[in-house]
Formats: sequence, C-alpha cells, structure tokens
Amino acid sequence: MASYIRSFLSQLEAEAIGVLREAVAQCGRTALLFSGGKDSIVLLHLARRAFWPSRIPFPVLHIDTGHNFPETLLFRDRLADELGANLIVRYVQDSIDQGRAVEETGPNASRNLLQTVTLMDGITELKLDVAFGGARRDEEKARAKERFFSHRDRFGQWEPKQQRPEIWNLYNGRKHQGEHFRVFPLSNWTEMDIWHYIRERHIEMPSLYFAHQRSVFRRDGMLLAASPYLPLLPDERAETSLIRFRTIGDMTCTGAMYSSATTIDDIIAELAASRVTERGSRADDKRTETAMEDRKRQGYF
Amino acid sequence: MTEPHVELLRLATAGSVDDGKSTLIGRLLLDSKAILEDQMAAIERASQMRGDPYLDLALLTDGLRAEREQGITIDVAYRFFATPKRKFIMADTPGHVQYTRNMITGASTAELVIVLIDARKGVLTQSKRHGFLASLLQIPHVLVAVNKMDLVGYREEVFQAIVEDYRLFATKLTVHDITFIPISALLGDNVVHKSPNMPWYDGSSLIHYLEQVTVGTGRNLVDFRFPVQMALRPHQDFRGFAGQLASGTISPGEEVVALPSGQRSRIRSIATYDGDMPEAIAGDAVVLTLEDEVDISRGDMIVRRKNLPQVDSEFECMLCWMGEESLDLQTSYILQHTTRQVRAFVDELNYRIDVDTLHRASASTLRLNEIGRVKITTTQPLYYDPYQINRATGSFVLIDPATNNTVAAGMIRRRARELEEIVRQPAPRQQSANVVWEETPITRAMRETYNEHGAAILWLTGLSGSGKSTLAHLLEHRLFAQGVQTFRLDGDHLRHGLCGDLGFSAQDRQENIRRAAEVAKLAFGNGSVVLCTFISPFRADRDFARSLAPAGAFLEIFVQCDVEICKRRDPKGLYAKALRNEITEFTGISAPYEEPLQPELTLDSSVLTPAQCVDLILDELHVRGIVPHRRQSS
Repeated sequence: MASYIRSFLSQLEAEAIGVLREAVAQCGRTALLFSGGKDSIVLLHLARRAFWPSRIPFPVLHIDTGHNFPETLLFRDRLADELGANLIVRYVQDSIDQGRAVEETGPNASRNLLQTVTLMDGITELKLDVAFGGARRDEEKARAKERFFSHRDRFGQWEPKQQRPEIWNLYNGRKHQGEHFRVFPLSNWTEMDIWHYIRERHIEMPSLYFAHQRSVFRRDGMLLAASPYLPLLPDERAETSLIRFRTIGDMTCTGAMYSSATTIDDIIAELAASRVTERGSRADDKRTETAMEDRKRQGYF
Repeated sequence: MTEPHVELLRLATAGSVDDGKSTLIGRLLLDSKAILEDQMAAIERASQMRGDPYLDLALLTDGLRAEREQGITIDVAYRFFATPKRKFIMADTPGHVQYTRNMITGASTAELVIVLIDARKGVLTQSKRHGFLASLLQIPHVLVAVNKMDLVGYREEVFQAIVEDYRLFATKLTVHDITFIPISALLGDNVVHKSPNMPWYDGSSLIHYLEQVTVGTGRNLVDFRFPVQMALRPHQDFRGFAGQLASGTISPGEEVVALPSGQRSRIRSIATYDGDMPEAIAGDAVVLTLEDEVDISRGDMIVRRKNLPQVDSEFECMLCWMGEESLDLQTSYILQHTTRQVRAFVDELNYRIDVDTLHRASASTLRLNEIGRVKITTTQPLYYDPYQINRATGSFVLIDPATNNTVAAGMIRRRARELEEIVRQPAPRQQSANVVWEETPITRAMRETYNEHGAAILWLTGLSGSGKSTLAHLLEHRLFAQGVQTFRLDGDHLRHGLCGDLGFSAQDRQENIRRAAEVAKLAFGNGSVVLCTFISPFRADRDFARSLAPAGAFLEIFVQCDVEICKRRDPKGLYAKALRNEITEFTGISAPYEEPLQPELTLDSSVLTPAQCVDLILDELHVRGIVPHRRQSS
C-alpha cells in the first residue's frame, strides 16, 4: 500500500491545482497577482500545470511600485513570455499622479502601503471576481487564520471575524456584485516547501535569491540595498557585501542577508539552519504587532 | 514526485487553554524548530507589555487583533511543523467560542484529532464533545493526551482511571482507533522523549506516535469517483476533463460511465503536465481523456461502470449548523456537493443532538453550533456515497442564497426512506409479531350464505388506458343490479388517500400494491366481490396479492391492449406528459410492464367492446359459482 501514499509535495501541489481550477470554474473573471517573488513564481507555474494543455486562462497582474529591483522586472517579462501569459502592469506612480495616493515622506518612506490603492483600482478596472495570491499561512499570524477563498467586500476589506467556514475541500465561491475573492492556493505551503518544490520541478528563480555582491547599508537592524529610492542618512554608509534576498518585494522594505548560497541546495541547507523567519527581514511587518492584519483589512494582498 | 518522499499528516487539536493546549502546541513547534527567534522575541515583547508573569505561548496562535486584545481565540489557525519523517499541518481549533463550528472547520480535513484532558480534572463534558465531533466526522485516529501529569505526581492510577472513563464513553461512538498518552506539555514528559517520570507507561511518546500512525486510512481507495471541475479543450484534437479524484484509483483502459448522461467509454489517458500517468489515486489532480466523444461538463461525475454511486434527491443527513441565522425549514438553500451546486430544502428536522450528553431532543430549528438529523430534498439528484464509506462524496455544505454565507456542513447517511419501507423489510407481513389476528365471529362463509353469492377478488391489470376502470365501472353496475355486494379498489382513488405518500418508483409501486392487496383481502373477508383496477406492472406484486386469497377466489384479469392504442386513448393525458418527460417511470413508456403468464382471463380491449368484456367476466364468475345465478342482464 506504500505506493498509494503520495509525498507531501505531491499533495500540496494537487491541493493548489484543485483550488486554482475551482476558482476559475466557479467565479467569472480571475487574475493572478504577481509580485516577482518566489511564491508568485511558483503559483504561476502551478497555474500552467492546472490548465495544461490549455493556456493559463487569466492575465497576470503586477502592481509596480516603481521601486522594484531591475532584476525583478526583467525576470517578470521573460517568465510571462515563456509561459504565454498575458501580463498587465499597473503603476503606483499613476495613482500618485492622479492624486489617489499620497507618497509617504521621511527616511523610511515606502510605497508598500500605496500598492493597495493601485491594486483596488486595478481590481475594479478589470472587474475581477478573483485575484489569486501567493500568500502562505506560515508567513504571518493573521494569515494563519485566513481561508483559501478569502472574501472581500466592495472596498476590498477583509473581515477576520466574519470568515466563512471552509469545510472539507468545498470552496464557496458565491458573492454579491462588486465583491471579490482573494484566493490563496499556497495557503498550506511553508517557505521550506516552496524551495523543495522549486528544486523538484526545476523552476528558475531570479538571481536576487542567490548570493551576489551588492552595495548594502544597515538601518534599524536591517540590511537594505542601496538605491536611489532610499537616500542614506548622514551616519549611514553603504558597502559591497556578499548577500542574497530571502524575500523579494519593494527595494525600500526588503532586507538582505549575508549569504554564500549559490544553489537551491545551499538555500535549503541555509534555511534549515536559520533561526529567524522569512518576514523577519521585512520592514513592512515590523511596524506594529498586527501590521499584516491591519493592512489586510484595508485590502492589502 | 517521489523526492523528498516525506509523508504528510493533517491533524487537529481540540481543547482550550485551560487544558494546556497552547502549551502543547508551543512545545511541538519549539521542539521541531518551527518557532524561530524573531517569533519568540515578539511573544516575549507582547507578554511583557501585558505584564504576564509567564511566556504566553497562546500569543503564537492568537494572531488577530481582537484575539490579542480580548485574550480569546476566535478562529481556527493553521500551524506547520516537520520532523525528519513527516510533515504536519495542524489545525488549532479553539475550544471556548463557537467550538462546534471551529472544530468541524479544522477537523474536516484531518486524519487525526488530539483531544486534551487535564489529568487533575478527568474526563469533562468538553472532552466528550470533542470525541463525539471526531466520531461524527469519521476522523480515523483519536489521540487522547492526558496532560499535566506532573501535577498528579505522575501516578499511573490517575491515568488509568481516565483511560477507563473515556473508553466507556467511546463505546457510544464510532471511533476506530483511540490512543492514550500521559504527558506534561509544560515539562516535556512523553512529548518528544519517553519520560523517566512514568516508567509504568510503555507506549510511544506523542511525537513518535504522530510520526508512525498510519496515514491515508481515511481515504476510500475502492470506489473511483471523479467529479469534473472543468472541461479542457485547447484544440480540436484534445478534449480532457480536469478534476481531483475524490476517491478510488483509475488506470487507462478502464471502462467508465459519465453521470448523469450514462454514456459509456474507456479511459484513454491520465494526462498531466509531466506526461501521462499509469494510474491516478484519490487526491490526485489530473486531466482524464476518454476513448469516445462524450458530452461531459462541470458537475458531472465519471465513475467505473461496474461501481456506481447512489443517485437520489432525498437524503437523511447529519447537519451541523454554522450560520448566525437559524435553520429555516421554509427556505431553499444552495447545496454544494463535490463540484455541483443545486437547490435544496431541509424538509424535516428529526431531532437535535446535544453534543454534551449525546441525548436526542425534538427541535423546531437548528441554531449556530447545533447538530441535528434532517431530511433534505434537492431539486436535482446527487451522485453520492454515504459519508461513512466516502468522506469526499458523502459531504456537502449549505449556502444561504441571500448572504452567500456557508451556513451548514452536512454528512449524508443514506437515501431517505418512508416508515413503511423500513417496517416492511425484510419480511413485511411478519414484522408486527405481537399483533394477534382476532377472528370476527361472523365468518365469510356466513356472509356468503346471507348474500347468496360468493366472495372473490377480481384483479384487473393492464397498461394505463387499456380500459380497466371502464370495465370495472360497468361491471360494478351489472353486479349491483344483481344484488351482489361489491367493493371497488381503484389505483387513482387509493393514491389520493391511503397511498398518497407513495411515488411511482418500483419500490413505491410495490408498496402501493401491497396495501391495495391487503385492503382487498379485508373486503373479501367481508363477503364482497372486490373489483381491483391497478396497472400493477410487476408479476411479483400480483402474485403477492394472489397469495392473500384462497385458491379459486382470486381472478387475475389481464386487460390487454396495444400500447399505441392506449396512447391514442390517453384518457388522462398521461402518455402525452410521459412522452414530454414530464412524468418519469411511466409504465409502457419509461417503466416496464410484465404481462401475466397464466391469467384467469385475458380480454383484448382493442378488439372487444366494454360490454362484451363484462359479459365474459360475468360468465367466468358464473362458471366458478361465485355469482350462482346469472340473473337478469340489462
């Protein structure tokens, strides 16, 4: 009977594919929110598998803060091309120019929060019923309680106390006009699972995840990439070090780590020995104890 | 994928902070390195801010602002940890608020439930409640962790008393595997390592048990069921059906049938992005292609031709209510089952079950967190298996169409049955063992003498429109005119009253005839000539009626008529409806008629006039001495 037990990766893959198909079959207009990070890359590959040999039946939506790593954008365009996916980009800069979003000021200014405005505008413009996201429950304690089909009201807000029970594998995709779902097929994956899967399926990853020489500086205990978007304070000094990124987001809030991991095996070994979590290197989560929940309630990813 | 071949176990924990659940979870996560330094630092910060005298591990699991502020756990949280042998997905279901809703949500996909018992308190109501819900959901393994053993001096007799108590209670449940482990989550006894403090305990440590308990036993690997999620047709040469195997296994070449169309074919391939698979098993997400062009869409089900699910639109179910608004027996809900959504009514609430005492109580509704046994009717039939043998095809949720909220979780027990159907089986006429037949002092023979004619049962059988009622009508007039005591039993009349609860399925027809035959027997005993007009399409049913009367007193009269002529006559417009599919199981169109093999009389109503037929019947009655003198005929 041993052959009738699938490995955990196979089970997670099947679960994610099932959720992708279910959302597309039950709901009308769908899109995949692409951030350029490993989770959304894995999600895109899973979408390819879920509908193969058909094409991915939805566009890929990227909310570009204008503060992305150049590597991310190059990788994004190449991947969309390779998978034959329809890429749609919406710019936070446009929201700022239209006066719909106001840029933060100060040394730690980030456009991370402003993404929500552009995202919600994009969802309205594209009349989306479902936006797929690569969020995982192990990332953060508010996410640990979120459903696969996460219901959002007309304002894109998440109401954690009013979540629909999700029982067995029966996903309720019914909603009223104007509401939408964020659907998270990777809910039950951990950071380690993502890397095992990347290795198993030979999925190409942006070079930012691997050790490379980069000019970085230290601020509030974090190692940040030197960039025009983050002017150095008087007592800060940038220096070139061998680093890699454990998560990839906006350049203004993504912390780097010293690392010599140049292969996926190296990364897995490094993770296994790590004593801090993935989001420990994200400035956006350190703002308050419930930073993620507060942002999600506002319509964040 | 074969590497890394690490198994996955989904489990749920049930209990409240008082039982030390958070401490146990915290310990499992800490010891398996799933809690990292920055998380610990965050908990320490939060604990200090609140002035807690200890490190509150519940802060790990209570992620929401309201939970932290109010110090309660609101919703199910998912935790992930791993050992070198297995990966674990743990649903942490809070015990205080909305325990039923939370536990069902968290445990519905679990293979194992950890029920925590405080060794000092013994088996409490809530420990039983958790066991009952695990049993209701058919969770294969229940692990009872008797915690805080350090506070009872690690005494074996305390542990044994709890084990005995719980085992006694569990005899009322259908839990197949219960394991008991004495632990101290706080101090780590028997959590990862065997504890030197309890040398009398010779079982596994908790983590060792989680690593070696059999996984996959909750799945059904026998009955292949493939609810279709969507059809994929990228180009002319490929048509595939995407879905996840709900149960069973399948290989190319196997003969299958698509429901509801009933079209047959064979599996051509099990397609995936990585190429075709030689076999797919329960849980696999695949695309099936078939040898033939078969029309299949979302909501259909592909099954093995020789292993069919049940198909019904009325079910007996256990229903767990999860909506803020109570169950409304007058409202239609949306029932989601596998990949289908249909309208459904909850017709009857048989009883509500008190999850604390397991007592059944009558109820007029189900409120949030209540569980009851109900009868549900759907607008279209479902293809299902009882939950007990197939969790995937025996489960459903109800959705309130007004709010779109998921308001209930249901488990199908079986097709809904009428009381008569149950008491009839297996030997219907012997079921009422304590009822003694009281012979009336006036016998049939006395009545026959008084009436000056014999009693008999004339059983007219034939297609709808063959002329049974017309003949009986005329015959009754003729007999009445002769002073014969008659009794008329007509199919339509009975169905308005005595048999008003029956439909036209084979089983209902059988019951209809059984009741008619029993009534005919009573009237026969009362000295009447009983005129029965029933289509009664099945030989076995007519033979049953015959068996109730003495030999010679039962006349099976076959009113023969070609179906085409019946269609043209169609006195009640029924053939027209049946041909438009407005009536199902209509004899002669969509249901069979078994002709009598040796009827006492065969009358071809397409050739003979009704009067001629009646004359032939009267002649037969005369020949048999039932109506001795053929008095004046009109």
